[in-house]
Amino acid sequence: MAATQQPRPAWLKNMSAKLASIPMVFTALVIFVGCTLWTVYYSFTNSKLLPNSNFVGLDQYTRLWETNRWLVSVENLVIYGVCSLILSLVLGFLLAALLDQKIRFENTFRSIFLYPFALSFIVTGLVWQWILNPEYGVQHLVRQLGWTSFTFDPLYNADIVIYGILIAGIWQGSGLIMCIMLAGLRGIDSEIWKAARVDGIPTWKTYLWVVIPMMKPVFITALVLIASGIVKVYDLVVAQTSGGPGIASEVPAKYVYDKMFQAQNLGQGFAASTMMLLSVVVILIPWAYLQFGGKRRG
Amino acid sequence: MKMIKTVLAATVALGLSQAVYATELEVTHWWTSGGEAAAVTELAKAFDASGDKWKDGAIAGSGGTARPIIISRIMGGDPMGATQLNHGKQAEELIAAGLLLDLTEVAEKEKWREVIKPVSLLDSCTVNGKVYCAPLNIHSWQWLWLSHKAFADAKVEVPKNWDELVAAAPKLEAAGKVPLAVGQQPWQSAGVFNVMAIAIAGMDSWKAVFVDKKAEVATGAEFAKVFAAADQARKMSAKTNVQDWNQATNLVITGGAGGQIMGDWAQGEFQLANQTAGKDYTCLPGLGVNEVISTGGDAFYFPVVKDKEKTEAQKRLAALMVSQQVQVAFNLKKGSLPVRSDIDLNTANDCMKKGLKILADGKILPDVNQTLTPDTVTQIEDLIVEFWNDQKISPADAQARFAKIISAEK
Repeated sequence: MAATQQPRPAWLKNMSAKLASIPMVFTALVIFVGCTLWTVYYSFTNSKLLPNSNFVGLDQYTRLWETNRWLVSVENLVIYGVCSLILSLVLGFLLAALLDQKIRFENTFRSIFLYPFALSFIVTGLVWQWILNPEYGVQHLVRQLGWTSFTFDPLYNADIVIYGILIAGIWQGSGLIMCIMLAGLRGIDSEIWKAARVDGIPTWKTYLWVVIPMMKPVFITALVLIASGIVKVYDLVVAQTSGGPGIASEVPAKYVYDKMFQAQNLGQGFAASTMMLLSVVVILIPWAYLQFGGKRRG
Repeated sequence: MKMIKTVLAATVALGLSQAVYATELEVTHWWTSGGEAAAVTELAKAFDASGDKWKDGAIAGSGGTARPIIISRIMGGDPMGATQLNHGKQAEELIAAGLLLDLTEVAEKEKWREVIKPVSLLDSCTVNGKVYCAPLNIHSWQWLWLSHKAFADAKVEVPKNWDELVAAAPKLEAAGKVPLAVGQQPWQSAGVFNVMAIAIAGMDSWKAVFVDKKAEVATGAEFAKVFAAADQARKMSAKTNVQDWNQATNLVITGGAGGQIMGDWAQGEFQLANQTAGKDYTCLPGLGVNEVISTGGDAFYFPVVKDKEKTEAQKRLAALMVSQQVQVAFNLKKGSLPVRSDIDLNTANDCMKKGLKILADGKILPDVNQTLTPDTVTQIEDLIVEFWNDQKISPADAQARFAKIISAEK
């Protein structure tokens, strides 16, 4: 059978869809890629308040990695990141699994758990600043109940201040993860549960070895959401401690902001933000490889 | 008929001219504590009374929060009518980029060069012979505020200088007081350090380091003493659990803390709490050791705007700020010193009079913001705040790092 029509070249397929996506592609290229390149370019200059093109090589980076405050910031981000990643996932999944037991008032509980997510980080930070304040908050309350030697003042103790911030972060964020997980759990076919029960597999084992592996895409979605929240953590710290006591709760995003706008040293701020970008890329590339490479194999 | 026409024309002209004259200017500043807000109200009243309209754009938080907002608004093409900035190096690049209004014409008409004392304030506003800002007041950091109540409670004499306060510290602590209140915000501990540097190292060593940037003086014996004193101070202030400076001042007012090292803006808070200098509190300029004050201060800058009428209003506001009656009204409320010496401040209290006398004696130094770039200032801030809160950093280590920052400043 002879072809009555020449097949159209591949790039002409779905013309209207491609046309429609041009503005977005353009935005992505100019805003994201363009501004990123601009930032990286000027991180090699000694720009102060306004960008200039006096190249100083790697000076900004050398200074950055010699600055104690930056090192503390990076360390804090690692602690906050690892803890918040694990705790959010575990807590979110546990809450979702508990809600999934066909309990009463599920809607009410779901709202309660998700509610903190409706608050901004600034409000969350301020609320927890009060709760953790030794003179008014938890410590005061427990002392009034009779335990007069009880001490709980994470925000005023340099060694544990980052955990005080972590508590607030988890409180705010785990509700969302719970919702995503719950949606994932509801997506599991009830036949699978029935089959597991017929085979006599205990519930917890079913969760661990059957349900969780089936929820891989849900976990990846949650992971991306949590990870992007970690890298940009800024307002929570500003509201709770403004980096204190001393520099004990500084984070990289705050370093970037302070250097760019307060110290009027754009070059240094750009160098720091380039390092932040680098850390995201280091995490993003293996993830993208797993995600998209996996599909091709399938 | 002709008569009516003239009347009509006159009315229209009058209406027009009024509309032109009553120009609204948005003024941004970070004066939000009780005493500061009272002082700003004086400015707004004077400006409104002159026929224009003051639109208040207060930004909560310290200068550290407000400055980035102000600068990005100017750079981002959304300039306000006028804005507070500390004069000095902060605005240099904005001036170079042509974003700030040239006030030379106003300065010449109002004879600023003759009336403004010390003239160094005007010099900080001047770049290449052109004036870009209106100095409003003189603020000095070098004050130690002492609470009479706290010392009465601890049964010790009110100290007359820094060493006596250090000696009294154990007794204050025994009475449950914080010997030295220092808020958690970084600029506060950095400020305390600078005050101690001037008071303890002396004027010459301070100048050698902060003006001439000589690293060998920064590593020397005089500054070793400064860091040793800062070490004592951080121990004395370790129990301050407040963030803002006015909360720390409040500890002194209520007798919860023995003293506070804070600029003369703290004066406004004492006044608002109806306290009397000499009776309820004592102020010691230069920590009672070296009676010098630094003459930093607040200045107003006027971003370039397209609207011609606004530009005229900006110039009127600039002239108004330096005028005699505004200088008196504003500074009495603010607790700062006026920028001109030809005015009568009879109603000033003891502390202000002490300040005026030191000023008249010419025992003055430039402010850190005038001699160092913001980059270096924040680096020193970072170092001091780290040192202040981490007892593991020895004074010697901190001094070495301090000297490195100073030598890197070009």
